[in-house]
Amino acid sequence: MNNGTMVEDSVLLLHAAGLHARPAVTLTKLAKTFSARVQIAAAATGPWVDAKSVVKVMGMKTPARTQLYVRAEGDDAAAAVAAVVKLVNDDFIGGPE
Amino acid sequence: MSNVGIVIVSHSPDVAKGAADMVRQMVGTGVPLAWTGGNPDGGLGTSVEGILGAIDAAWSEAGVAILVDLGGAETNSEMAIEMLPDERRSRVVICDAPVVEGAVMAATEAWGGSDLATVKHTAEELNERPE
Repeated sequence: MNNGTMVEDSVLLLHAAGLHARPAVTLTKLAKTFSARVQIAAAATGPWVDAKSVVKVMGMKTPARTQLYVRAEGDDAAAAVAAVVKLVNDDFIGGPE
Repeated sequence: MSNVGIVIVSHSPDVAKGAADMVRQMVGTGVPLAWTGGNPDGGLGTSVEGILGAIDAAWSEAGVAILVDLGGAETNSEMAIEMLPDERRSRVVICDAPVVEGAVMAATEAWGGSDLATVKHTAEELNERPE
């Protein structure tokens, strides 16, 4: 249990098209599989965006080579952050079907 | 638990099918999905019968969210909803959102198991986004 503790990490977004439609959908779907509150940002200082909101994630229009910050809070926060970072590292391949 | 179904209604069958293809490829098969477009004569248009068929094909106990393109698609969808049996009528909504983008957004939200009102809100959130 790490309820109440914020888990944070960051990863370099290398996907050529940036966080565009398909990667945004994949990331959102993955975030939705966790009960933790999951947020992402394109800068360490935010603004933080709900990673479970596909409209907000796509609305960030994050270009390639952006350092993507991921943080989560809740029971499975550590697993959520690790999974999102892995998804970005794996070029958005292997998300939930 | 069943996910909300998505119905795509366009005057053009090509647009409707293309939007549905995008949803399938981006979101996957975890969401009931159907499309309808064109009039019964093979021209551009929409038909109440076609929309009723699509609602039936995408039916989910959690309800169905419809995405439409232009005027007639919306009025025919409203008519189709009115013709549904009582127990289904209250569980079908039309989203005020662009048909392609709205379908992808709504399907992504539905995929996660969100209820019908949340799915509709997510599609319509597109209109609120500041540039």
